[in-house]
This record gives sequence, structure tokens and C-alpha cells, in this order.
Amino acid sequence: MSDLVLDDVGPAGDREPVLAAEDLRVWYGTDRGPVRAVDGVSFELQPGEILGLVGESGCGKSTLGRGLLGLLPPGAARDGALRFRGKDMLSLKKREQYRMRGSQLGMIFQEPLTRLNPMMRISDHFAETLRTHEPGIDKHDVEDRSLEALRVMGIPPTRFRAFPHEFSGGMRQRLMIALALVLRPAFVVADEPTTALDVLVEAQIIRILHDLRETYDTSLLLITHNLGIVAEACDRVAVMYAGKIVEIGPSRQVFARPEHSYTRELLRSTISLSTTGLNYIEGAPPDLTDPPSGCHFHPRCPDAMAICTTTEPTPRTVEGGATVACWASEVRHGTRLDDADRAPLDKEEIALADEA
Amino acid sequence: MLTKPDSDGPADAGGTRPETVIETSGLEVHYQLQGGALSRLLGLRSRTVKALDGVSVELRRGEVLGVVGESGSGKTTLGRALLGLVPATGGQITYHSAGGPREVARMRGRELRRLRTDLQMVFQDPSAALNPSMTIEEAVGHPLVIHKLASGAELRRRVHETLERVGLAPVERFASKYPSDLSGGQKQRAVIARAIILGPEVLVADEPISMLDMSVRAKILQLMLDLKQDLGLSYLYITHDLASAKYFCDRIAIMYLGRIVEIGPTADIFANPRHPYTQALLKAIPEPDPTRTVPRDLPRGEIPDAAEPPLGCSFHPRCDQAVASCGWETRDLRVLLDQHWTRGAANYDRERALVGDLDRLDTPGTSITLGGKDPEATLRLLERIRGENPDEPLWAGVRQIENDGRHVRVDFHDGVDPALRRHGVVDVACVLYDADDSESDVDSDDADTGGAGGSAG
Repeated sequence: MSDLVLDDVGPAGDREPVLAAEDLRVWYGTDRGPVRAVDGVSFELQPGEILGLVGESGCGKSTLGRGLLGLLPPGAARDGALRFRGKDMLSLKKREQYRMRGSQLGMIFQEPLTRLNPMMRISDHFAETLRTHEPGIDKHDVEDRSLEALRVMGIPPTRFRAFPHEFSGGMRQRLMIALALVLRPAFVVADEPTTALDVLVEAQIIRILHDLRETYDTSLLLITHNLGIVAEACDRVAVMYAGKIVEIGPSRQVFARPEHSYTRELLRSTISLSTTGLNYIEGAPPDLTDPPSGCHFHPRCPDAMAICTTTEPTPRTVEGGATVACWASEVRHGTRLDDADRAPLDKEEIALADEA
Repeated sequence: MLTKPDSDGPADAGGTRPETVIETSGLEVHYQLQGGALSRLLGLRSRTVKALDGVSVELRRGEVLGVVGESGSGKTTLGRALLGLVPATGGQITYHSAGGPREVARMRGRELRRLRTDLQMVFQDPSAALNPSMTIEEAVGHPLVIHKLASGAELRRRVHETLERVGLAPVERFASKYPSDLSGGQKQRAVIARAIILGPEVLVADEPISMLDMSVRAKILQLMLDLKQDLGLSYLYITHDLASAKYFCDRIAIMYLGRIVEIGPTADIFANPRHPYTQALLKAIPEPDPTRTVPRDLPRGEIPDAAEPPLGCSFHPRCDQAVASCGWETRDLRVLLDQHWTRGAANYDRERALVGDLDRLDTPGTSITLGGKDPEATLRLLERIRGENPDEPLWAGVRQIENDGRHVRVDFHDGVDPALRRHGVVDVACVLYDADDSESDVDSDDADTGGAGGSAG
């Protein structure tokens, strides 16, 4: 998949990408053999760009997010190429990676309450963060920079010395974002940052994340299962299935004209305000120790052809800037296949209850 | 007290079974907070959380009634109270069973347990709702065993029939499995099977799809629609997800801080949301629509502490259409000051000194004195904050600000706690709609509401 090069431009497309992954792989060792959680992913992220990462559970979204930051559990391995501001991340020593996290690479977690120390005041959280990464920073700088970060997140200075339990759920998530951003990292992964929150608070957080580029010029990878959030807040969207990015492109284009059958089915199965009938994807994502041959989606795909079972489609860029790996999309765009390859797939009946 | 919605309904028709299957009237579930030992010794006020504060609602036979709200709105408590899973501290819950009306709120022990054959629950998290050491067959058949309704071959037959009905087929593949062998969607099917095996009339479904992967949500919703059709069920569908409620429900009740603030037919709620809270919820739903952008004009803040709800209308601190009579108070002034300092912290230390002790503002009240040495400067600060954003609804609620020589005194108008009233085809609890059935704007008795009274709908 190394030829997946994006000609799409982000908000600042002429600048050097902050992050570039090429054929990135993350494998876990298990009793049943290696789990190929991320299996050859390539993409670039421009400064200040927000990339949404969507897909069903178990498709490797969180593993990719953590893999980009080097936050993998023991027993996991990375391969391929990953460059952050031109620097090869995979050849860095553990210590050097450790030093980059926080100051240059940030992470926003799903459950803010479990990530804040209940015995520490908010001011102490900030002081610890700043002192760890910038030893020798003086007291006034700590306070000024903390208050500024809080202000951007809409948290009043009167709450600076409060404890985590004194804040509401939405405030805590804003505290987490403020803590991740006070060091001004160039790249942040937000893994389902609003899943535990109510719809009004979720909308507030999404607005804050969306406005980050104006205040911090931060690039953001926003992992979510909520396609609506991606449509509203992200410049581009990457759709992940069974460890691979099957479609990536400008969110407006991908949502208006999905090219990959999986993207289309995912959008169709989402219940939104305009839903007039219920649709769903048959079956469940595959076991990543032994994914299906050819295109991993073919056993569930309504458009599957004979070729999909044997040959993995190569990603290609379509008009408008989206890059997609799908045989059905290729046929629509004029690729000629011989009749044997084009034959609709006679799928084994997927049992009704085989589902995610 | 809330007026009972649809009080002209056929709820009390004698003889034949009424159209309403279960209804509540002025239902209250209050929790007493203990507080620390010291505060009890000192005799400090004990606080009460009003999880449900006068809810009157009816579930009609064969309908899906959606209960929508944020966490802390009381929607889950309402569902649990209907089944007698949490004790009601006030009001009535009437179940119109085949044998005549029965009062759920007063049932205890065996009588309450027998109610489970008629009223059942589907839980949010299927992994937590199933016993990990019971096979699917045991779990689904358990209600029949508990109620001694079947055993042996009959038990097995009914379990298999029910598993097939919820789509866990071929049954042999699932019956002997443990919950950990099943996917989220399959587990939820088992939970639903367990809920319907006793042949209930009512299912309370508390966020039945919110823990599931998006690709199966539609499938489970479809299953529930099929079951409703085939078994003649009525659903109370509790959710925070307005999109699924729009598709799934016949009527929708919007809850906020223990009260129903708007209730009506789904189509009307979505086409013409009346309550500012409903309007905000609808605006906030992220839609996978490529033409949408991040919404900007959303309510500030979060759902307040139910132990000390705002005065007047509970939603007024977050409402952009609030008027003078909505219940403005000292805590709102604190929020306003906080917002002022969040926008620009340049003079924070000096300005904070001018205001004085902020914690005094946290005690609910409609009158407060601010400042110390220089009341003139405190007054100027308030005027400056007002000048920054004169459209802020709070200023409509201020009756007067005066300098009495030693302090600055701020007085607010007394608030009105709006009752649920009929407005067109829906019922809504909002002072903007106090005038019955009129589409007119604000019905305010004060001249100085300024520009704050926005038009409704």
C-alpha cells in the first residue's frame, strides 16, 4: 500500500506534513497467532488538520491511534515507516519516544475522571505537567500558561485551585484537553473524547476541538464511531476496516459520495435524523488473526465480485481527492475486468445473528 | 405540580380495559442525602435530590413512548420506578392490567415480583445484564424457573422458541454458549429474549442500543419493532439519542432535571420544537450530512446539580430565550462573572477583589450584596460587564442594582416555575408558552425585559 499518496490539501497543504505514515503495521502476539490490528496503513497529516478515523469496533482504530504515539502494550510491534516532522519515529529509542510524548505528541482519552488524580488540585496537575517537560520553568510562567490554556477551554480562572471531583463531566474533559495542549504538541490523538458525554456537552467539546487549529495550530486525529461528528468537525476522514484504511478523503466528499462499499454501508446503517428506514451491515468484522483473502470486506459486501475474494484492491485516488481501495469503485471508474472476475459473488448465507 | 398531559384521554374508562396500559400521576422519587457526620451533628440542612419531581405521563397500549434527556435528567429513574425497581416517594403509578387497575407504587415483595410477568426491562449494557456463569439457555429460561411457570421439556421448548424469535438461530449454536462467547448485538438479543419470555405487556428499554456498534443498532431496533408488532408490546424507550427516538417512537417526552419539559407526538416535536431545551437538543445532534458545520449557538454549561436545582425554571441558566420571570438568582451572577473572567483575565485579580467573596453567590437567593471598600468601582465593573454583552438574558432578570454606600446590592425578579401546559398538540413547560394555545411571544409583566425575550418556535 506504499503508493497511497494523498494529493488532497488540508488547510495548509503546501507545508510539510506533521505526520506521515507509510505502510504502517501494528501486530499483537497472542496464543492464536499474531493479530494484525493495523495492517499497512499510509496517510499524511498537515499542520492544523483534523482527520477523523471511523469504523466499527475491532477494526484497529484505537490501535492505530496509540501506535502513532508509541503507546502500545508489551507484546506489540510496529513496522513500516512513521515520520513526525521528518523524523523517523520507529528507529527512536524508548527514552527518546518517551521524551517526545507530551511535549510534541499528545493524547486525549475517553474517560477524563480516570485520568485525573483525585488528590491533586487542577493547578498541581498543570504544574506537574509543565515542570516534567520544561524543568526550571518559573512559578509565574506555570500559572500564566495554565490559566491561558484553561481560558481557551472556557474554564474560569476561579476554578484553578479546585479538585477534579468539583467539576462536571464536560468540564473534566475540557481540563484533559487543556492539560494535553498546555505543552503545545504538534500532533494530538483524541480517542472517542465525547463518548461518555451528553449531546449538548459533546457539541461543546467538538466545537473546542474544531477550533484548536486556530489557537494552537495542532493537528488532530479524532477517533470516533460517530459519523456525524466527523462530518461536522473534520477536514478529512479515514474509514478503517479490518486493520486497513479502505477510504480516505475530504469529509464532505466522502460523506456525499462514498466510494468504498463499506463506507457507503456504514453511512446507510447510521441512524440519523433523516433516517426513514433501517439498514444494517450483515455479519461482523473479521478475526484479525486470520482475515479473509482479497478485500477483507468481501464476505459482508453487497457488491462483492469474484475478484474481491482473490485479489486485494490497490488504493487509487478518484476525482475530488479521495483515495479508495475497492474493486466495485474501480469498475465504476472504468477499470475493465474480465467476465470471470466480474461475476457477482455467490455468498454463503450470513446467519441473521452473525453480527457485531 | 405538573398538569396531567392529555387528561381528557380515556384513562378512566370503566369496564373494558382502557387504552392506557400504565400511567403515572405526580410521580416523585426523592433521595435524601446523608451528608457528613459533622453536618448532621450541627443540624445543617439535609439535602434532597429530586430524581423525579412530579412526573405525570401515560403509556398507551401498543405505542412507543420515547423518554429523552441528558444524564441526570431522571429518565432512567422514571423507567425503573414504573417497574417498582426504585421506590416512589410520592404520586401514583397505575398499571391497567387484565384484572383491573393496580397501584405499582404501593406494591411490595411477592406482589411486586409477580408484576414482572407483565412489565419487563431491557438494560443498556448487555454484558452487565447477563450472568457470565449462566449459559444463554439458562439465562433466558431463568424467569420461567423463578416464577415456576415451566420446567423440563416445556422450559426447553419455550426457551428455544424465544431464542428463535429474537434471531439467535440456529438455536443449537447459541443455547449452550456463555455471554463472553457472544458479540454485543447477540448478547442484547439474549437480554431481549429473557425480557419477553414471560409474555409481558410493557417493555421498559433503557438505552438498548447505545452500547452497541453502530452497524448493529438498526438491526436491534428492527427486532424490537418486529416484536412489538408480533407480541402486541408497548415500549417505554429511554434514550439520549434523538435520532433513534425520531425513527422509533410514536410520542416523545423530553426530560430535564426530574421533570418532563415537553411531550407530544414525535412528528410535532421534531417539526416544531417548543421548549428552548428541545430546540437546543435538536440543534446539537451531530448529523452525517456533508453540508453541516459545527453548531455554535448552543446552551452553555451542563445539567445542574439536582440536589440544588436552579430557582424558577431549571433550564433558565442555559437558556438563550430566558426572560425576567425565569428565576434568575445569585448563582447565575457567579456564572456570569466566571464567564467574564474566562473571556479575558487581564484584570482578574483586581476585579475579583472588587466583587469580594464569591462563595456567597453559591447560596441560592434573589438578592446579594457585593464588594467592599469601593462600591462605586464594583458598580462600574458590573456596568462594564453588562456593556460587554447587553443581550445576556440574565440582565433581564435583574430588578435593580444599587449602591447603598457600603455595598453594591443586586436584586433579581422573583421567578416562576412553569407547569406543563397544553400548547397546540404538545404539552410544554416554559413561561414563553403560558398563554394557552397562542403562538404569541413573551407574556411578561415587566417592562424592563429589554431585548431578551426572543420569539418562540
